[in-house]
Amino acid sequence: MSVASTFGGAGVAAPEKAALGAGARRAWEVIRAPVAAFAGTVVAFGLFMAIVGRNPAAVYGQMFKGSFGTWFSFQNTLLRAAPFMLTALATALPGRLGLVVLGGEGAMVLGGLVAALAGLAAKNHGHGPIAVATWMLVAGGVTGGVWIALAGALRAYRGVNETIATLLLNYIAIALLNHFVEGPLRDPASLNKPSTTPIGDENMIGNLPGLDVHWGLAWGVGACLVGWFLMNRTLFGFSARMIGGNVRAALLNGLPVARLIVIVTFLGGVCAGLAGSIEVAAIHGTANASLITGYGYTGVLVAFIARQNPLAVIPVSLIIGGISASGGLLQRGFDLPDATVNVLQGILFIAILLSETLNARTGARRKKAVSGASAPSGNLPPAVTA
Amino acid sequence: MITFPSRRSPTPASRRSFLLAAVTLALPAAFASPPAQAAEPLTVGFIYVGPKTDFGYNQAHAQGAAAVAKLPGIKVREEEMVPETAAVQKTMESMINLDGAKLLFPTSFGYFDPHILKMAAKYPNVTFLHCGGLYVEGKHPKNVGSYFGYIDEAQYVSGIVAALSTKSNKLGFIAAKPIPQVLRNINSYTLGARSVNPKATVTVIFTGDWSMPVKEAEAANSLIDQGVDALTYHVDSPKVIAELAERRGVMVTGYHASQAALAPKGYLTGAEWNWGKVYGDYLAAIQANKPYPHLLRGGLKEGFVKMSPYGKSVSAEAKKKADAAKAKFMAGTMVIYKGPLKDNSGKVVIPAGVEQKQTDIALESMDYLVDGVVGKTH
Repeated sequence: MSVASTFGGAGVAAPEKAALGAGARRAWEVIRAPVAAFAGTVVAFGLFMAIVGRNPAAVYGQMFKGSFGTWFSFQNTLLRAAPFMLTALATALPGRLGLVVLGGEGAMVLGGLVAALAGLAAKNHGHGPIAVATWMLVAGGVTGGVWIALAGALRAYRGVNETIATLLLNYIAIALLNHFVEGPLRDPASLNKPSTTPIGDENMIGNLPGLDVHWGLAWGVGACLVGWFLMNRTLFGFSARMIGGNVRAALLNGLPVARLIVIVTFLGGVCAGLAGSIEVAAIHGTANASLITGYGYTGVLVAFIARQNPLAVIPVSLIIGGISASGGLLQRGFDLPDATVNVLQGILFIAILLSETLNARTGARRKKAVSGASAPSGNLPPAVTA
Repeated sequence: MITFPSRRSPTPASRRSFLLAAVTLALPAAFASPPAQAAEPLTVGFIYVGPKTDFGYNQAHAQGAAAVAKLPGIKVREEEMVPETAAVQKTMESMINLDGAKLLFPTSFGYFDPHILKMAAKYPNVTFLHCGGLYVEGKHPKNVGSYFGYIDEAQYVSGIVAALSTKSNKLGFIAAKPIPQVLRNINSYTLGARSVNPKATVTVIFTGDWSMPVKEAEAANSLIDQGVDALTYHVDSPKVIAELAERRGVMVTGYHASQAALAPKGYLTGAEWNWGKVYGDYLAAIQANKPYPHLLRGGLKEGFVKMSPYGKSVSAEAKKKADAAKAKFMAGTMVIYKGPLKDNSGKVVIPAGVEQKQTDIALESMDYLVDGVVGKTH
């Protein structure tokens, strides 16, 4: 039962072999907290809208129109969701180990910078678009991976708090980007917007067939699926989650805890680095300060709402992407400031965390006989301690 | 913690923009379907990279939008805080598809390439007018235009007022990045100051990015502690600096928009954009279905930029000398950059006998600080 309950707490890990009724009940137990939190958010934000003198129903109608209501809006949502999926994995994958990583932003920015350079180098060696794109993705991904793995290694071998380390690494990454783009790597033609030399239109990765959304979406969905499989269906993932559940037990069982920490933080960083590479390869064609987008921080939000479950990252990214897609219509249609969307995201975030806490409490009360071990570390997110 | 990061460099960079006269009056063949018959209003979209109440770059554009909104037959839709990513492409598309906008003013420098260029190719019946002066005829789509102003002329006049108001002869300039457009403002301000007060020096501090309120405040404090008694700036939102200067009892000259409300005692004058005039001219041409200039530049004379009204503490002498310089700009006889001109390391950057007028391409790749500036470009 202990293993099964670990699975249950982890979200979508469905009870394949359980009876249908029991399975449905378990599934409901898993999703009821987020559903309640979402409903609470809708009510709270609606109240807020009413207080500032807007009709909540009209606001929600407009939001739906701006995010999922038309084909154009839906593609807008998909486009915005794509980078969130990748940056969220930078937090979600290490999250399964009980680590709180906030470094997606820095890994993304540096990944983008190195991808731009790799693309340029490949182009100058006479490679075609496919090879250029491959080099960009590989170089950007590895850079992001190494960047977060640095914090992972500090955690594993020196006991440095990974949350603080990754947060500070973000500032270093942004400073490095600015330094290189405005200094040694600046394209002399980029006078007033310092940038690296463009990789050229012919080397840009285009849109998905039939969609006005670039290939980043496929990478995002793919990475989430692979991440879920790795974490929930392999021995590697089981070991990782065991560390998250009880690091002492993992050590006693002879798991290579330090190495696993480094590997998983590397994988998370790879995802964020890919997000940066795709920003360059699909949108900007060059590295410059426009890479500092805040997607890394939004990814943290997505990962926590998704309770560190890679599969849940997909729908949560869509919701957050939809909220930001509809933000423009709220501004234009209701004369609301841009911060309105941040208020909504903030309410949602707090509601999810609150529901986690309440859920854990009622859950604990019900199976107080079962749970003996308490969380090994104060900074473990509830999702991985379940 | 999550500061707003992405940056516009509000500036001209087109390498081909020789003359205002070179303003290309290319016929907008592709300029279709403004609701010519006035029955249906023309929907105009404005997009800002930061908050439109930032007392700075974005507010200046929002004031232009407000002026446009008062014109008959115009409906204005605005969106603020739109980063220079795929998000701005979607905002443009959303304004076109959902609001029915036929004319867009995406106002941040960094929106141009690739975002506006991509959308302009996709929506040939919509007109995109961009702030930055980047249009190159033959290279860029026909439904695109780009405009910018020589605001360093107004900074030159501000420099005169500041140099005649200072008691310590120490002026301070807080700037975002050492890019040509910013350096040009610093240099023009310094040249203006030293044209009337050769003892004046301008100490410059670069904060590294367009919106860094904490660093800007630190820079202001540090300059004031060094004895600087008049400040100016080139950052997106100078609110913090203006308020801090007022609190510490030093003078300021403004930038982008008027900060007089933030520093009622210390505000001397300022270099302001006058986008309402530019946008009004564009709309007059477009509503009449006439050709509009694809590349448009102008300074004080053309009404692209203006001076804030003088503050109470400005002396009669300062007003007189500033008005005289302004009159020369209005007459088109003032040349700021003429040789012999040395940079602050003693190197000659413009030899004797050479004049670089505002339209001179050499000014667009400026990489030096003139004699009299204390600071480095890197």
